[in-house]
Amino acid sequence: MEKAYRNDAYAKVTGKAKYADDYSMPYMLHAVPLHSPVASAYLKQIDCSEAQNMPGVIRVVTATDIPGKIKFGQIIPDYPTLVHKRIRSTGDVIALVVAESREQALAASARIKLELQQRPALYTAEEALLPDAELINPEHGSNICNYHRIRTGDIETGEQEADIVFDQEFNTSHVEHAYLEPEASLCYQRPDGVMEVIGSMQHPFSTRRFVASTLGWELKDVEVKTVPMGGGFGGKDDTAALVCARAALCAFLTGRPVKLTYSREMSMRESYKRHPYKMQYRMGVKCDGRITFVKVRMLADSGAYCSVTPWVTWRSTVQCCGCYEVPNVHCDVYGVYTNNIFTGAFRGFGSPQVNWAIEQLVEIAAEKLAIDEMEFRRINMVRQGSVTVTNQVLENHVVSLNEVMDNVLREIDYKAKRERCSFGDPNLDKWYGIGYAISYRGMSLGAEGVDFNSAIINVQPDGSVLLETGVHENGQGAESAMILIAAEELGLPLSRIRYRMPSTSNIPDGGTTVASRGTLMGGGATTNAARILKSIISEALEKHLQQKAVHFCEGNILDESGLVICTWNEAIRLCYSEQIYPYAFGVFQAPRVSWDEDTGHGNAYFTWVYGCQAVELEVDAKTGKVTLLNMVASHDVGKAINPAMVKGQIYGGMVMGAGYGLFEELALKDGAVTAENLHQYRVMRATDLPEMTAIIVENPDPCSPSKAKGIGEPTLEITAPAVANAIYRATGKRFTDQPIKLRKP
Amino acid sequence: MIIINTKTYTIPEDLQDKKLSAFLREDLGLTGTKIGCDIGVCGSCTVLVNGEVKRSCRLILKDVEGCEIVSIEGISPSDGSLHPLQQAFVDAGAIQCGFCTPGMVLSALALLMQNHRPSRAEIRQALKGNLCRCTGYQQIVDAVEIAAKTMYPNDND
Repeated sequence: MEKAYRNDAYAKVTGKAKYADDYSMPYMLHAVPLHSPVASAYLKQIDCSEAQNMPGVIRVVTATDIPGKIKFGQIIPDYPTLVHKRIRSTGDVIALVVAESREQALAASARIKLELQQRPALYTAEEALLPDAELINPEHGSNICNYHRIRTGDIETGEQEADIVFDQEFNTSHVEHAYLEPEASLCYQRPDGVMEVIGSMQHPFSTRRFVASTLGWELKDVEVKTVPMGGGFGGKDDTAALVCARAALCAFLTGRPVKLTYSREMSMRESYKRHPYKMQYRMGVKCDGRITFVKVRMLADSGAYCSVTPWVTWRSTVQCCGCYEVPNVHCDVYGVYTNNIFTGAFRGFGSPQVNWAIEQLVEIAAEKLAIDEMEFRRINMVRQGSVTVTNQVLENHVVSLNEVMDNVLREIDYKAKRERCSFGDPNLDKWYGIGYAISYRGMSLGAEGVDFNSAIINVQPDGSVLLETGVHENGQGAESAMILIAAEELGLPLSRIRYRMPSTSNIPDGGTTVASRGTLMGGGATTNAARILKSIISEALEKHLQQKAVHFCEGNILDESGLVICTWNEAIRLCYSEQIYPYAFGVFQAPRVSWDEDTGHGNAYFTWVYGCQAVELEVDAKTGKVTLLNMVASHDVGKAINPAMVKGQIYGGMVMGAGYGLFEELALKDGAVTAENLHQYRVMRATDLPEMTAIIVENPDPCSPSKAKGIGEPTLEITAPAVANAIYRATGKRFTDQPIKLRKP
Repeated sequence: MIIINTKTYTIPEDLQDKKLSAFLREDLGLTGTKIGCDIGVCGSCTVLVNGEVKRSCRLILKDVEGCEIVSIEGISPSDGSLHPLQQAFVDAGAIQCGFCTPGMVLSALALLMQNHRPSRAEIRQALKGNLCRCTGYQQIVDAVEIAAKTMYPNDND
């Protein structure tokens, strides 16, 4: 077994690692939020008088206390940090109670009296789209939060060419991130006036924008520092940043440090979820197995606020046909405001929904044509030089769908095992099934946003190295990956490199650590910084020792012929003695991407990854209980920087994806999350799972300075349809609604 | 009187109803005990009480009067090195966000004290009460298997 490397493992395994709620400060106060009891109302009055006089209470904070902007958002500033006049969701926070202890704050928040004028509410996207529907965010002018489309080829031609045309609807549900650590933040205003923020959040720069907007300050006056975070999965963006903004607001208003720690109940009530989708697909196929067209309409429930719905639904648009060549495509995708709890980023980011549909759709089509599902996929899937549905030519990297698919089918012995599937045989007590799914995934942000990142390598006079990047440690091992990349480039042992505690005041905004872009973008910047640093050192050696440094290896610097010129430490001493800083700032600017909103055409992403996963399972014919027997995955990551951690991503993603397929569903009632805590929301436990196999494929990516791509999200986006396909072969039934409901009530 | 990580504490009357998890974190600064759900279903606050796995958020101090409690801070040697089980977690890649790690380690430790050669199914059973959202548990199970062999090299496989 190859040992894992993690710079933070010692602190985490000993319990020394300090997460946001583990910090405290002298004279620290505690804040708690008061959530709205209803999903839609006018807030007529807040009576805080009784709460204000409760023991220990310092202040009750409401929207009118906000010195900056009440509303903020990453794309549309529609989210009230505290509700001012109108309640749109049961996640809305009406007031914050600040007290000497958390218990006192909680006791007082129950004494706040609200006068509400209830309003009609819209709980489905369809209702919200009706012509006379009340506008949820009137300033937006429509309940359509956003719209994307693709018009490729000619849909009429596609219909005419098809031998078989069929329609199928797919639906997915709200899903909870269920990161183990609920949101928390501790803020205090430093003597120099800066609001210092620590928090359980995955986007320090995004958090800084939320805090600065709420306070009405400039970005330079807010410093967000990073501490270990207990899981994010895309979920610690808006809500986590809002928690930080509220803590900062309270710290500013009281002049004391304030901690705002969410209970699990508060977290589940307020935090955004995965978008539920309604997807209406129409597909045409020819007898020779070619797909002639896909027509699809998707509705994504954004809930009461926008969050990143336009970006999530954009990925669904680009990947609406899965990893297949489709000559004629007509795709309409709507993000729709409702009074449900809002939805936002969640590992996969709009792809788990479309893959749930498309990877079942291709199997339905194959069956109609009496072609096996492996053959059908091979006929239609993208290959080297293929043109995607957005007219992007896949030519600048290795298109490895065949390779990952062959790996998985071989490892799990798919061909032989598919012959043994039960298809609901009434003579059996246990039904066996096997299924798989494939995908491609555009890496990083694509045309969603500006995509660049930076790294600073600052070599100390003793030769030890401080490294930092604009990437955030979400628990995935980002810092370790950066250290490994730097160590390899510089030829240094890992022990000589320390990842510096990141701060938004110290390194340029590198964007959010999302979209599986950490290793790709931060690693690219690290590689480039290391190369600049080496050129600085080489120049110094050439000037002062008249030697040409070519290799940096095992703590030595070598010439072309491999002879040692000097040690690393000697070279660094020389730099300092000659007034040269061995300090480098490296940037990785993602190659240009393009997008035309009107046609849905463009080079959506600068590179792509490919994956395949298969699942074997057994269904109890009487009870419907599903037992997972085996799961195998193969993913092309470009280059595995930390193979044990790559495997960890694969296992973790598969498990989250299998849970998505089998039971993860966050039910809402009147717009509110009904599950109060984790006992009412099932996630996978160790006993729910089989042994898994992860097969890493490495086709170095020419667009990536480190050659690595990404792995976090590809691992989650195809497990659920693989499960659904296996369930179909076990039971003979197609389940097009996620999660699969097999058990008899 | 309660013994926590070999130190003895006398609990004043006004703290008798305090949750053990809160006492560890707030009064002793032992923040390795994590709060994930605070209702005893996630396992992040796991401690050992007289060698048994317990959720410290489900106990108040008077429940553990006279008991010996081990939290994550209590299992490493005093020289700063790691317990073999902790080392196995590090080496096997069993740690990602790390929030479940202290509880996982303690649940696994209780298992290994009873069963020196647990099967993978037995390991999974022992960790059933500890949620992990990052790893898919696979490398955690690997770690416990490895640790069993390091901790008890002479037991038969």
